[in-house]
This record gives sequence, structure tokens and C-alpha cells, in this order.
Amino acid sequence: MARKMECIAMLLAGGQGSRLGVLTKNIAKPAVPYGGKYRIIDFPLSNCVNSGITTVGVLTQYQPLELNDYIGNGQPWDLDRAHGGVHMLSPYQQIKGMEWYKGTANAIYQNINFIDRYNPEYVAVLSGDHIYKMDYNKMLEYHKKNNAACTIAMLEVPWEDASRFGLMVLNDDNSIAEFQEKPKNPTSNKASMGVYIFTWSKLRQYLIDDENNPESSNDFGHDVIPAMHKAGERMFAYLFDGYWKDVGTIDSLWEANLDLLNPKVDLDLSDTSWKIYSKTPVAPPQYIAPCADIQNSMVAEGSKVFGHVDYSILFDNVTVEEGAKVRYSIIMPGATIKAGADVEYSIVAENSVIGEKATVGSRPEDSKNRAEWGIAVVGANVNVGDGAKVNPKEMIDSDRVKEAE
Amino acid sequence: MTGKNIVGIVFSNSYDECLPELTGLRTMGSVPFAGRYRFIDFTLSNMVNAGIEDVGVITKANYHSLMDHIGTGKPWDLSRKTKGLIILPPYSTAEQGGNDDKIASLKGIMGFINRANEEYVLLSDCNTISNIDIEALTEYHTEKNSDITVVYKHGQIPSLSDVLVLDLDEDGRAKQIDVTPVTKKTGNYSLSVMFMKKSLLEMFMNEAISKRYTDFETDLIQRNVKKLNIYGFEAKGYSATIDSLSTYFKAIMDLLDINNCNELFNSERPVYTKTRDDMPSTYGIGSNVKNSLVANGCIIDGEVENSIIFRGVRIEKGAVVRNSIVMQESFVASGSSLDYVIMDKIAVITPNKNLSGAENYPFYIGKGIVI
Repeated sequence: MARKMECIAMLLAGGQGSRLGVLTKNIAKPAVPYGGKYRIIDFPLSNCVNSGITTVGVLTQYQPLELNDYIGNGQPWDLDRAHGGVHMLSPYQQIKGMEWYKGTANAIYQNINFIDRYNPEYVAVLSGDHIYKMDYNKMLEYHKKNNAACTIAMLEVPWEDASRFGLMVLNDDNSIAEFQEKPKNPTSNKASMGVYIFTWSKLRQYLIDDENNPESSNDFGHDVIPAMHKAGERMFAYLFDGYWKDVGTIDSLWEANLDLLNPKVDLDLSDTSWKIYSKTPVAPPQYIAPCADIQNSMVAEGSKVFGHVDYSILFDNVTVEEGAKVRYSIIMPGATIKAGADVEYSIVAENSVIGEKATVGSRPEDSKNRAEWGIAVVGANVNVGDGAKVNPKEMIDSDRVKEAE
Repeated sequence: MTGKNIVGIVFSNSYDECLPELTGLRTMGSVPFAGRYRFIDFTLSNMVNAGIEDVGVITKANYHSLMDHIGTGKPWDLSRKTKGLIILPPYSTAEQGGNDDKIASLKGIMGFINRANEEYVLLSDCNTISNIDIEALTEYHTEKNSDITVVYKHGQIPSLSDVLVLDLDEDGRAKQIDVTPVTKKTGNYSLSVMFMKKSLLEMFMNEAISKRYTDFETDLIQRNVKKLNIYGFEAKGYSATIDSLSTYFKAIMDLLDINNCNELFNSERPVYTKTRDDMPSTYGIGSNVKNSLVANGCIIDGEVENSIIFRGVRIEKGAVVRNSIVMQESFVASGSSLDYVIMDKIAVITPNKNLSGAENYPFYIGKGIVI
């Protein structure tokens, strides 16, 4: 048996993220690019390393190729360790047969052997699809102080949004009195962030019991947590008050990106004491041409800007040609916006090409039908031909040519 | 010939004395360049892009920053179980001197050279910035049945003490070699990248020791021009050999020509460097950036024109930076202006200071200086 670890992390990265549509056609949600050079999974991984958790199991199932390739041996996150480090855990064949991960709890259940190898006192279970900076070690200290079986990170959300979340009603000592899963009439605005710390000996038993229960859907939120609560385990909520965003939908992904340009938003990626690590592409500095005009935007290395960029995020190796306009948009690595093209309120995925004088998306105020308006999305490796049009809220994953007049 | 059969040797302190400002605290190899690189990145990248897996970096003095930069060689994929990158510090017995003691430097590492099991050796200085196709060089070497192949460029001869200038015949073979000629202004000058059999270098070194030779270029290369097949291999595209602060300044500024930039940074032979995990750069409301190269991690709220901005630089609203090089983590406060200035790392310009140099004589602000 390997040396004992106090706390290891299990990162749930198997989700398809179907609400992200064409963006997750060929990649898992945690591999979706975010913030000019990151991928969503960089946030929980960097949080782990910065919190001193250096053994991380990444549970993958849906389209793992890109994610496996991205994580590699974990070196960019300093997780290439002689003992521990990052491990990609895909479903595997066992003597009793082959099973996909049936739910989040089952995914951990199938990897009990992995966790036992490190003989940890505590296990952190994390979602791979949130943008936030958090010190898990503080939460662990809190967990230990309370002698808890389970601690759930929570944050206060605006009351009007509360019914979209899994909510907790708390006692005075922050122990959990009641769970409300997306209730119609919430009596709490304290939402679960999908960050859990468990005492491993407890969780291990609940996972085995859950697996033996044929009625269970093998999900943490639906089955394991309620079972622990019902059995009267010590369960506490840990208050988090920083920036946290679920980037599960096109709108929230777009918003979370543009939040980086809002000085009022509490998400500082330039803070050297809590760096977000990522695999850095090999690219020269960004080139801003004499004819370029950039305002309130974020641009990554290898990009070449000749056109107009306003309130947008350009990832690495993006080209914006002369006379092209990019506004309120997110342009992912390697995409090209050709001369005279107009890209507004859009997400353009990796290596896509927007042809000359093409139009993608529009401002809400220019939309004829405001109710039908939304962010336009161009999937990866898609060619939008010269003069072609992609309407607001449209999502395309195949080439588009100019309509005949 | 594959790169596996070549051992690379890098002289990291080459011509330190030409850039006294920038090499006061570092080697020539670790002088910052083009927003996010060090000189040695180009040398090492050229080598690994040709498949070379065994590289010795000779150091002489001030190599702290160099070691910090290259570490285990991981960014160049040279952190290997066998071979990979090794830093060769000086032995205390080695003689001291300027660049002209290349012989002494090599003498100090003969153990490394003898033990290398590759058949060929590539010697390279650090003060030339160019994306050289070493694979093409080795093919050329074989095709011409050359003994020594020297990478050269045609143009104005740099004012360095040991520059080989090649007079080539139609076939590309050197008829005559001058070392830093005073009579010529232009010619086929060597970029101090040389390719030969390791056995030839070993023979040279034995000869140098027994005959008390002291000058690599004169005593070993120039002397053998008739006896050996010495060929020139022309480097294509952007190339800059640094011989002074003003050539350094010009070499960086030339990258604002997008063609030069594309030649130096092409996708076939990428240039690797140590990464820093900076966020992308942010251009604030009211910022005005034109014709500039900007690395990651910068926050620019002021005005920037014709400039090179390194990683993690902050330029406040109301600050103006023109025709300047601002290195890593430097800070320009509101109301200040820079024109033809080279600002070394972590320097600070406090509010309302106006500094300017001239195109041929940029004003240099040292590392960590607060003005």
C-alpha cells in the first residue's frame, strides 16, 4: 500500500454538458475553453494544487480523448508526482462485467480501489464544470473542526435564482437541517457549489450501501447525501463568498467569460498567490497592428489583431483581419475572422473560419424579435463562407455558405 | 542523418561584453528577447527542432538566471532519462578570458564531449537570433561532403571580435576566411553555428592543447581553410546578430514587421520557452495600442505604440509608451511617457516622468530600478 495521504480529490469530469450543444460535440464539458487560455478543468485542478491536494483522480467517460491529451501527465499543474499526482480514471472492465459510470456516486464507487491505495482520511469530491478559486484546505480544516462526515460548500445566490439550485436550510451551527432540490418556493438561498469533503471511512460505506440499493440512481445529490442526512450523520455547510459560476449553458459560459472584463467581478486571474495553471500553447506574443483597435478585451499569445475588437475574449492564435469587427464575443483558439466580417454576441469555437463580410450574431437591440434573440455559436472547425450569415441564437456545427439572393 | 546522432554545444556567455547593460546580471544566453523569450531559447529550439536530444550548455559567469530559466530542460523536451540537457559550469582551474577563449571553454568540457556517443557536433553561440533549419544544414553537410559547415548570412558584418567572414566559391566552399576583417563592411559573416564530426573537434582540441593555440576561429578554422572542406550554409529569413545595445534594440523592433515575426516564429519550427502561467493580456477601456507585440499577463490601460511589451507588464491610464521595450513585470505609472527606452525587468516608472533616448542610442533602465 502506498504512503498515507490525508486528503485526495476526485474530480467528476465525465459529463457531456449537453446544454453546451455544439461546443461539447467532440469534447467533454471540463475541456471546454474558457478565459482566453484556460479550460474549465484548470480551475478545480489549480485549486487542488494550490490547496496542497496533490493526488487527484479525474473521472472521465464522455469523449475523453481531448481531456486525456490535455491533462497528460499533469505537469502543467505540477501534478506529475512520484507519489500521487493526477490520474485519469475511465470506466473499465471488471470480472463481473463492464459498466459505464451510472451516476456520480457510482463513478466514485467503481474507483474505491484507487482511493484505498492512498488510504486517505478525507476525500474531496469536485465538479469539473465550475469557474471559481477556492482554498479546499480551509474547508478541510472546517470539516475536521466539526468532526463532520460530510461538508458541502455553499454560497448565497440571489433569491430570484434560488429555485435553479440545490439548496440547504441550515441550523445555527451551520449544520444542515434540510435539503431542497430546485424547489419552486425556496426557503433558503444557500446553494450547493458541487464541492464536497467526506470522511472517507463514512463515504466508503455509504457508497457500498448505495450500490446495493437497486432503487438508487447512484447520484451524490439525489441518493448518497440524502441517505447520509437521513441516517443522522454530521453534515455541515461551508460558506464560500467568492466568485463562482456554473458554466453549463451557452449563456452562462458567455457571461462567465465576459465577467473577466468586468472590474467589479471578484475573479482576478493575475493574482500570483493563487495562479490558475494551464497547458500553455507554444506561441509568440500577440501582434497588434497599426490599423487595429482594441478596447476592453482580453487577448492571448499568438493572436494577430488587425481589426476592431471590443468587449471580447480572444484565445491564442486567433486572427482578426483588417476591417473585421468582433464585439461582445468569445473567439476560441486558432479561429480566423476574415476581413470585413462582423461577429457580435457570439462564441466562435476552435479553428473555425468566419469568411469575409460574413455576419455572426447581432446585438439584442438590433434583433427584430427580442424573445428569439440569443448568443450565436459556431462549432469547432466550421467554415462560415464569405458573406454568409449566422443568426442570433443559432448554433451551427457544419459549414455555412452565403444564401442565394 | 538524424538529430540523435548530433550532440549540441551552446556557449551561453558568448560576447557578454557587447551588452554590458543587459549582461551585468546574466549571461548572453539569458538576455530577454521578443516579449517572452531569452536568447538561448532560439538556439535550443533550433537544436530540438532538428531532433537533437543531447545538449551541453557551457557557462562561465553569472549563470544563475540561465539556470533558473532552463531548469531541467523540460520546455524544450530535453528533460530526459538518458541524455537531454546538461549545464556545464566552469571548473575553477579553467582559465578566464573573453569569448576568444572558446578553446579554454571546450578544454573544460572535453570529458563531456569524449563521453558523448554521437558522431557529430553542433557548436552554437547565443547572440544570434534566427530560426535555422538544422536538418537542412546536416543534409547540406553530407551532400557537399563537407568537413565543417558554417551557418552564414550575407550583410553588414557585426562588430564582434571573432567573426568569420567567408569568401565562398560557386559550390559554396570557403576559398578564404577572414576573422573580423577591418577592410570589409559587408560579407558572408558567420552566425557562429558550426557543424562537424565530433572526431574532428576532438582532433582540433588535441592540436590546440599541444600547440598552445588560443584562438578557435583563427588557429583552428581559418588555418585549415585549404586543408579541409569548409562550406557555408546560408541562413534564411530573419536573423539578427547582437553586437551592441543598439543592434539589440533594432533586432527587437524589426519584429514589428509582421513578415520578420512570421519568419522567426513559424509553425514548422516553433520556438520554445519556459512558461509562466500568466493570464491573457487585458486591454482596458480607453487604452490605445498600435503596432506592438504584447506578451501574456499584461494589463494595459494607457497608450502603447511601436513597442514590445513583455509578460506581466502594467501600463496605467495616461501613460504613454512609444518605440520602447518594456521587460517582464515592469510598471509605467500614469502621466509618464517613454520614448526609445529599454526598461529591464521589474523596473518602475512613478507618475509624471518623461524619459527618452534616441533610435541609435536607446535609454536603458536597469533591472529593478525605480524612477
